[in-house]
Amino acid sequence: MSITWIAISSAGVLGVVLGGVIGVVAKAFAVEVDERIERVGELLPGVNCGGCGFAGCTDFAKAVVTEVAKPSQCPVCSAGDINNIAEYLGIVVEEKEKMVAVVRCSGDYSHTVRSFYNGVRDCRSAVLVAGGAKGCDYGCLGFGSCADACPFGAIEIRDALAVVHPELCVGCENCVAACPKNLIIMTPAAVDVHVYCNSPEKGASKMKVCKTACIACRKCVKAAGEEQMLVDGFLVKTNYANPPQSDLVEASACPTTALRLGTKHAEGAYQGVSK
Amino acid sequence: MSDKPRKFKGGVHPNDSKALSATKPIQVAPLLDKYKVIMHQNIGAPPELLVKKGDLVKKGDLLAKAGGFVSVPLHAPTSGTVSAIDKCPGPTGIGVPAIEITADGEDAWGAALEPMADWPNRAPADLKQRVWDAGIVGMGGAGFPAHVKLSPPEGKKIDTLILNGAECEPYLTADHRLMLEQAEEVVLGAAILARILGLDTAVIGVEDNKPDAIARLKEVAGKYNVTVQGLPVNYPQGAEKQLIYAITGREVPVGKLPMDVHCVVQNVASAVAVAEAVIKGWPSIERITTVTGKPVVNPGNWRLRIGTPISKALELAGGITMQPSKLLLGGPMMGIAQKSLDVTVMKNTSGILLIASDEVSLYTSEPCIRCGRCVEVCPMSILPATISQAVENKRFDWAEELNVMACIECGSCSYVCPSHRPLNQHFKRGKIEIQAQLRKKK
Amino acid sequence: MSETETTPTILLPDPARLMVSNSPHIRDRQSIKKIMFTVVASLLPACLAGIWFFGIAALEVLLLCTVSCVAIEEGWNKLTKRASTWQDGSAIITGILLGMNLNAGVPWWVCILGGVLAIILGKQLYGGLGYNPFNPALVARVGLLIGLPEIMTTWNTPQAGKMVVDAVTAATPLGMAPGTETLGNLFAGNVGGCLGETSAIALLIGGVALIAFKLIKWQVPLAYIGSVFVVTGIAHLISPETTHSPVFHVLSGGLLLGAFFMATDMVTSPMTIKGSWIFGLGCGIMTSAIRLWGSYPEGVSFSILFMNALTPLIDRISISKPFGYVAPVKGDAK
Repeated sequence: MSITWIAISSAGVLGVVLGGVIGVVAKAFAVEVDERIERVGELLPGVNCGGCGFAGCTDFAKAVVTEVAKPSQCPVCSAGDINNIAEYLGIVVEEKEKMVAVVRCSGDYSHTVRSFYNGVRDCRSAVLVAGGAKGCDYGCLGFGSCADACPFGAIEIRDALAVVHPELCVGCENCVAACPKNLIIMTPAAVDVHVYCNSPEKGASKMKVCKTACIACRKCVKAAGEEQMLVDGFLVKTNYANPPQSDLVEASACPTTALRLGTKHAEGAYQGVSK
Repeated sequence: MSDKPRKFKGGVHPNDSKALSATKPIQVAPLLDKYKVIMHQNIGAPPELLVKKGDLVKKGDLLAKAGGFVSVPLHAPTSGTVSAIDKCPGPTGIGVPAIEITADGEDAWGAALEPMADWPNRAPADLKQRVWDAGIVGMGGAGFPAHVKLSPPEGKKIDTLILNGAECEPYLTADHRLMLEQAEEVVLGAAILARILGLDTAVIGVEDNKPDAIARLKEVAGKYNVTVQGLPVNYPQGAEKQLIYAITGREVPVGKLPMDVHCVVQNVASAVAVAEAVIKGWPSIERITTVTGKPVVNPGNWRLRIGTPISKALELAGGITMQPSKLLLGGPMMGIAQKSLDVTVMKNTSGILLIASDEVSLYTSEPCIRCGRCVEVCPMSILPATISQAVENKRFDWAEELNVMACIECGSCSYVCPSHRPLNQHFKRGKIEIQAQLRKKK
Repeated sequence: MSETETTPTILLPDPARLMVSNSPHIRDRQSIKKIMFTVVASLLPACLAGIWFFGIAALEVLLLCTVSCVAIEEGWNKLTKRASTWQDGSAIITGILLGMNLNAGVPWWVCILGGVLAIILGKQLYGGLGYNPFNPALVARVGLLIGLPEIMTTWNTPQAGKMVVDAVTAATPLGMAPGTETLGNLFAGNVGGCLGETSAIALLIGGVALIAFKLIKWQVPLAYIGSVFVVTGIAHLISPETTHSPVFHVLSGGLLLGAFFMATDMVTSPMTIKGSWIFGLGCGIMTSAIRLWGSYPEGVSFSILFMNALTPLIDRISISKPFGYVAPVKGDAK
């Protein structure tokens, strides 16, 4: 019995002594934290996506408090969040437009010609082999490097094509650099009409490998208002500075369906895994 | 150099399958209607286009001039009309600019380069200029401009010239046949290259599985004080660093060039091209290519013009007996898989190889069981298994620490991996990402 | 040549059916499955010896362990929604090794408990084949040894060729006083012990086969057995009355089984040759220390597990210099 007591009491004494040491050390060597950084950190989304260019939300909060960065540089915060931060810090912020990512390709598995690829299931690795197995040199490879890079689960791989869900995209731009084909651009969230093709090839050679390529038939250019759709070689692009209305898609009746609404393009049950 | 060649550590012994075409003499391919000459055939800067659509060209005329020092000119493979300058599927799968020449059937030489039959009296600088003017690149596979290798910077003394006739890739027999049938030119090319470098000797390294080529070369080598060195059969014996080690015992430091250990290595086919450029004034417009593989009706070795579409080369070999699983440019260990038959023969296309579906091996990426077979065979003594895991987890800093940059992409590790992991692809990715990061830092 | 050019029947490959992948495009015929089933085959002589000496009960234990390991692996795969993996053969090896590490007379539930420990605790919790830091069969054996010491340290007396279950228990030779067991019996396996560890000759046959097929690195068993021989030999020279001879040490207990089949497990041992030497030496010194001075008569399992834990470190320190790494200094000296 006495052994038990010795054990219990010695452990207890040890605990009290060590606890005391920790307490003293914590007080004596305490690091002073600017409480504003903590508060701003709480107001930030806290997903550490890195879209602001800083190492994470805490790092960004420090930058905001020390006025190195502006709260509006956070691509994830809503206008309300940013106002809250600005109000707390007593600074003025300018309005910021919400941006979403668009993967400029509509060539999913069933609409494209491709050879069989065998190797690492990652776009940046797959592109090293024959430039990707796709018939089109410019199209989405569909191995989801962008989806892996997205901290918000906003990109879904559907039939070997990356599809952005605009309602989930916060505009952090992490996916842009992940794409080896440079297919992803940031567009104003208010614009819903996009050309889902990025191949500068001639229409005929595009059609050989993809049924949904933009063949620059200019139907949409004619249907849209002046300067709303721009022709660039053998490719039509939405003029995001002067965007067309969403009804353009129906009005122009794009023969290859390369012209689509971003919201419609991603429609359907979301099968991706949210991270 | 008469001592026994050193054995490098590691290596694999794939079934060489050379019997398919090793006994087939080189045949000259008939003239085609159209050639598509891919613009950028060398490592380094692309050449600058000199012709436009509709231009008439003669055989050997300049199509493009060198776009810098590390660049070579491009010549017309035959006489005819420049019928198009547009995109053509490139060997790496991406469309690349190419010059299409519609042949007039006369195959008439234009203002050719002046023959230099009196080459022993010419200045080495003139001979080197000729190598450049003829557009000669490393014909073993890399396509590195030959004249650049012959121009060591100030202070780097070259004491050994090695001709690479190892041809360690399975299936390929182009260099083998070349050494057998054009031994004199190989030796002559070696002598010219030696003169350019200010040397009076050269060594030709040949794997011991080509005894007839070794014997033939030895017969004629004495004329120019060239030695022939048999090498143990071990893939990748023909890799530059392994070849230098086997012949001189010197190790090329990681990230350095053969020059740094006072060596220059040229392929035997490049040496023949040099001999032809100097003696006959021919630019580099054709090469010997092995067309082989189990599905090929009549495998063999052909003298093909640069710009010959693969489909035409396959037709020469009688087509196929069964649908192959893969179409490769080069050998099965380092060759590049193609997805189009419209790719054309380039200066470094040593082989056109079809792999049958029963030989092809799929990468299935099962987990690494750490068996260490890859470590055992790696000729560069790095840890393929660990590096592949580092790259898989996007830990490129770790991969760099593990010396992924030393990898020569010989594929020996993937060849033996029982888990069928695409190790080589991981290394390629890792190297590219690390290089991109280095560029960013600069 | 003109003939082939004009013949319209020349077949060309269909580009749409071509496959693209990174080089190399050929491979030798080795696979995980082949490796694993060769190991299984190399274990058979020792299993047969175990059955010969310990009767049908030994066969039952081996079968039950193997079946339960495979079943547990598949059950876990179902539960975690992973693809089926038993075909790779690793669970079969774990099962057989587990059985070989048990006494022929253990109750049936010990086999199943061992299977659970080996497959779930030893392997699947780490992510499955290739990711486990410890040899699964040894995890199970040590777990059982600590949890059920009585069952795990009671051995049946060998009844060569009688195929009967014998209730009489015997001590492992390692636990006896020196000189009570003949080396001949040890070599053949006619002694008490776990059913797969007793027959030195059968284990040697399997081990040499594995080395011949280049499936294990010979450096590991050599360093392991050699260092046990040396350390116990020194101890025997100092005090011949109280310690067994080094030959006895090598032939008895689970040393040969451990050295050839468990320490050489690819997943849990170092990849480099240099690392293999370090690993084998470490195992040998640990085993000798436990046998000579520890409270357990046997130390093979503990020492291999201990060295398994050190494997990542050994791999780190035994990393080879790449080809051409030291050359700069040499080149400058010239």
